[in-house]
Amino acid sequence: MLVSYNWLKEYIDVSDLSPEEVAEKLTRGGVEVDAIHRYQETINGLVVGEVVETKPHPEAEKLTVCQVDLGTENAQIVCGAQNVSEGSKVAVAIAGTELPNGMKIEATTLRGEESNGMICSLDELGVQEKLVPKEYAEGIVILPADSSVGDDALPILNLDDAILELDLTPNRADCLSMVGIAYEMAGLLDRSLQLPEVEHGAIRENAIDQVDVTIEAPEDNPYYGAKLIKNVQVKDSPLWLQNRLIAAGIRPINNVVDVTNFVLIEYGQPLHAFDFDTFGSNEVVVRRAEAEEEIRTLDEETRRLQNEHLVITNGKKPTAVAGVMGGADAEVTSETTTVLLEAAHFHPARVRKASKDLGLRSESSIRFEKGIDVTRVTEAAERAVALLEQIADGKPLAGTVEADHRMNSEVTINANVTTINNRLGTDLSLEEMTDIFRRLSIAVTSVNAEEFEVHVPARRPDLLIEEDISEEVARLYGYDQIPITLPEGTTTPGALTAKQQTKRNIRRFLEENGINEAITYSLTSETQADRFLHQTEKNETVRMALPMSEERSVLRKSLVPHLLEALVHNQNRQIEDVALYEMGSVFLSEEEQLTKQPHEKETLAAAITGLWRTHLWKGEKQSVDFFIVKGIVEGLAEELGLTVGLRFSQQAIDGLHPGRSARIEMKNQTVGIIGEVHPALQKEWDLKQTYVFQLDLETIMALDAEPLQYTPLPRFPSTSRDIAIVVENKVAAGEVEEIIKEAGGEILRHVQLFDVYEGEHMEEGKKSLAFSLTYLHPERTLTDEEVQDAHQAVLQALEVKVGAHLRQ
Amino acid sequence: MINELSRLEDEALQEVVDATTKKELETVRVTYLGKKGPITEVLRGMGKLSAEERPVVGQKANEVRARIQEAIESKQQRLEEEELEQKLAEERIDVTLPGQPLPRGGKHPLTSVVEEVEDIFIGMGFEVTEGPEVEQDYYNFEKLNLPPDHPARDMQDSFYVSQDLLLRTQTSPVQARTMEKKDGKGPVKIVCPGKVYRRDEDDATHSHQFMQIEGLYVDRNVRMSDLKGVLDTFVKKYFGEEREIRLRPSFFPFTEPSVEVDVTCGLCGGKGCRVCKHTGWIEVLGAGMVHPSVLEMSGFDPEEYSGFAFGMGVERFAMLKYGIDDIRHFYTNDTRFLSQFKRA
Repeated sequence: MLVSYNWLKEYIDVSDLSPEEVAEKLTRGGVEVDAIHRYQETINGLVVGEVVETKPHPEAEKLTVCQVDLGTENAQIVCGAQNVSEGSKVAVAIAGTELPNGMKIEATTLRGEESNGMICSLDELGVQEKLVPKEYAEGIVILPADSSVGDDALPILNLDDAILELDLTPNRADCLSMVGIAYEMAGLLDRSLQLPEVEHGAIRENAIDQVDVTIEAPEDNPYYGAKLIKNVQVKDSPLWLQNRLIAAGIRPINNVVDVTNFVLIEYGQPLHAFDFDTFGSNEVVVRRAEAEEEIRTLDEETRRLQNEHLVITNGKKPTAVAGVMGGADAEVTSETTTVLLEAAHFHPARVRKASKDLGLRSESSIRFEKGIDVTRVTEAAERAVALLEQIADGKPLAGTVEADHRMNSEVTINANVTTINNRLGTDLSLEEMTDIFRRLSIAVTSVNAEEFEVHVPARRPDLLIEEDISEEVARLYGYDQIPITLPEGTTTPGALTAKQQTKRNIRRFLEENGINEAITYSLTSETQADRFLHQTEKNETVRMALPMSEERSVLRKSLVPHLLEALVHNQNRQIEDVALYEMGSVFLSEEEQLTKQPHEKETLAAAITGLWRTHLWKGEKQSVDFFIVKGIVEGLAEELGLTVGLRFSQQAIDGLHPGRSARIEMKNQTVGIIGEVHPALQKEWDLKQTYVFQLDLETIMALDAEPLQYTPLPRFPSTSRDIAIVVENKVAAGEVEEIIKEAGGEILRHVQLFDVYEGEHMEEGKKSLAFSLTYLHPERTLTDEEVQDAHQAVLQALEVKVGAHLRQ
Repeated sequence: MINELSRLEDEALQEVVDATTKKELETVRVTYLGKKGPITEVLRGMGKLSAEERPVVGQKANEVRARIQEAIESKQQRLEEEELEQKLAEERIDVTLPGQPLPRGGKHPLTSVVEEVEDIFIGMGFEVTEGPEVEQDYYNFEKLNLPPDHPARDMQDSFYVSQDLLLRTQTSPVQARTMEKKDGKGPVKIVCPGKVYRRDEDDATHSHQFMQIEGLYVDRNVRMSDLKGVLDTFVKKYFGEEREIRLRPSFFPFTEPSVEVDVTCGLCGGKGCRVCKHTGWIEVLGAGMVHPSVLEMSGFDPEEYSGFAFGMGVERFAMLKYGIDDIRHFYTNDTRFLSQFKRA
């Protein structure tokens, strides 16, 4: 909604307030003013001139040399417009004036002819091209003949106006009209309101004798009123009316159409004017459209309708799509003499449906969709008739032909002073509250000292319950006046849950170890969705019913693909060393066709590429490898108290290097995957060597952590023994370590692998593993024999289970 | 013999002075004080002396010995000091060379905002509650008083996955779910952070995925002035003690009255500048008193309970706090961007 400051002054006196002050009042009252537009503040020399003489430019066919009377002087001005003519009053920008388009007017010579100023078009004066009336579209603007030469031309063209652009909340459809804004301003400022003049004459003919109105779909169309105006002279509107429409963002067309648009903005009531002679009958029938029924609309398009659309017909065929657009057949043209004026109330849903299906959104449809003031339909019609009488020489017929199915839907709300005060934290009296409604022109009756009744006018359908009343009180009293207090109710301890705290601990651990947190999109493509999965359960992809693109068409089932995309993004910007992690949900469904919410599994993943540790000037560099990433997972397990039962088992996983990937288990449950991104994928994505892991946090956080309990420090010395064994290449070190631990018994406290060797001096297909074993007894010093026995048991177990022998 | 001892003493002391290394000094010690040294020799030859001479010579010999010993020890100490000094001089490093960088990652700036906001409200007795991102239409809209023909319920504006399921467009359904679990008994004091989705084309100010934090406070006798007090406390803690708030009437289907909360501009302090579009104020929160229908639908008696709710955009908070100009930065995960927020 665009509100003209000059126009607003016709309904309420705000001349003591600047447009900025009016905007501030409205905004603070809940009607947000998004912007204030001014045509131009720099036009300081636009005067009314009279063209007293024209002659063709001797050197240029398209130019005219004009002598213009500017009141104080006569000026010669060269003009390029075709519609310049002797005797016209025109808007002249004198030398020194700057126009909104940045053009600076200077005294100059055009092809040998002096030109001291410029005769302006509306376009040059800052009026948007689409709003310029057709008559001036190709040329200069012609001012009314009674304009005084030498006067400031800005007010004549309403270019001294300021336009307030409103950002209305959906509940305030009442502010989609000048009268509605005036009511609001009157309430906010506590000032009186001047409503428009609607009185008009009538000839001795009754409309009802000449036209019938029938509504076949009363639910869709509770009220239809038709008025007839004869003897109409269709022509351009007077400048004042054109100015109002331009300010409201509507292009002037002709006086009849302009009047309907003017009343639309003034009252928020859409009207439609038909040419009664081409209407096709003497009856107006409102009904649902038939399927496939067609209508040629005002824009010359043929529209195919559906049964869900409402149409105005002449009893045979549609003449308008109700509330959306009129038909071309009964369009008001320069030939029109009798106007059938429609003032109706159409149901929001019907108008919304047609407007959407036909792709036609207009000032009319917007207002019907949001709801109009049903009690003012006739008043708006009378206002339009009065204007047609005034500016189109119309002769109105007496009466309105109506079909009225409106329900009496008057709303009365009971309000209690204490309840409202308790809700707001205020201490207002009954008088103070009821006075607020007087300011808003809303009737109130006091029931007793505590209670009052609010009789809500139809223009405020947003007021329905007592809370709405408390909002009106707060709004007009001023949100600033409401005190600042703290709640006095129950105190509660605020805290994170254990899981929330664990998640923060995980983040902190990863960040302290050099990994940046990333947040990526949950929506991904079909191809990406099926990569890097380890879940064995059935998981179907959750698809969007109406995706915006293939890229974002399904919900992710793994965090890894988007992390890899982020790595690629960085690599493409010459950032080679990147470590990212993400914590978030993956979405798994058991159903192909979703009937219930999918399983949202809390998941953690990391992707690391490039150098892991560097100390450049010392020449120390270490590229990321499997064991660095494994170390992070082990460290995380330690952080979570889940080191016992942490296992990495070699396994080929989709998307990962088959020889460098593993399943991660904690306490015999699969909780994740780890490995190098498959070289083929790395190549496809142009990604350098990258390692990833992904963990199922939901399962992990459900595991019992080892209790954090003190173990007494050993009082007796430990004994260390090293062994180096030779085994088949395929034997896993982890397996060997487990055999050692099992065979070593209670007193074997610690096993540490410290060397792996294969190659020269080693038998083909074999490798050597060296371990350091620490023996300790908590209550006494171990004897050599005890250690020797345990150690022997270890060696024997290794020989039996994996064919190991001591390295020579 | 006395003379001989004096001569030895002079000779030894001179050699101590001449010694420049610990090794030379050790040679001096062995030469004069060793078992085969001249002083031992003198003592050994004392048998030849008379009874009167013996104690005199003995005493002299011991004195000489002690003095040499002392001289050696003090020289030894000096040499050690010199040696250390030299070693320290040799060990000098260039302290301006760069240090070993620590492995250090950082939280995503959106997470920083979320944690900071959570912590402020936890301090005021709130709990943190989360909920599903794929939500039922019922919780996302109906329970929040959004009528069936509300534009947000259109396929064009939200990501529907089926007739009744969609990616939540707001974190408010968590409030409805939490209230429902409370069985109509207050208080409810929660903040709900999370990802939400709307069918917007991504550009500098729009993102189809973004984050919100909503809060809810339901108890007996909760007033709009309490909403003002809690948000004032929050804004001062989050944005700074010097900041002020102002409330403007607004509209949300699930609150009545509804408010927009502005905070004084951090750049100009309220005087008006480019950042606040010359108003002195920046819009940061939407809030309001919980609509009685919302309370009722979630099992709370609106006659007995009242409450307030508020919501904020996490990206907006981060953008305001750190001066970030493009919302897409949050989701491209450029490490040049992420690394700037390590200490956040």
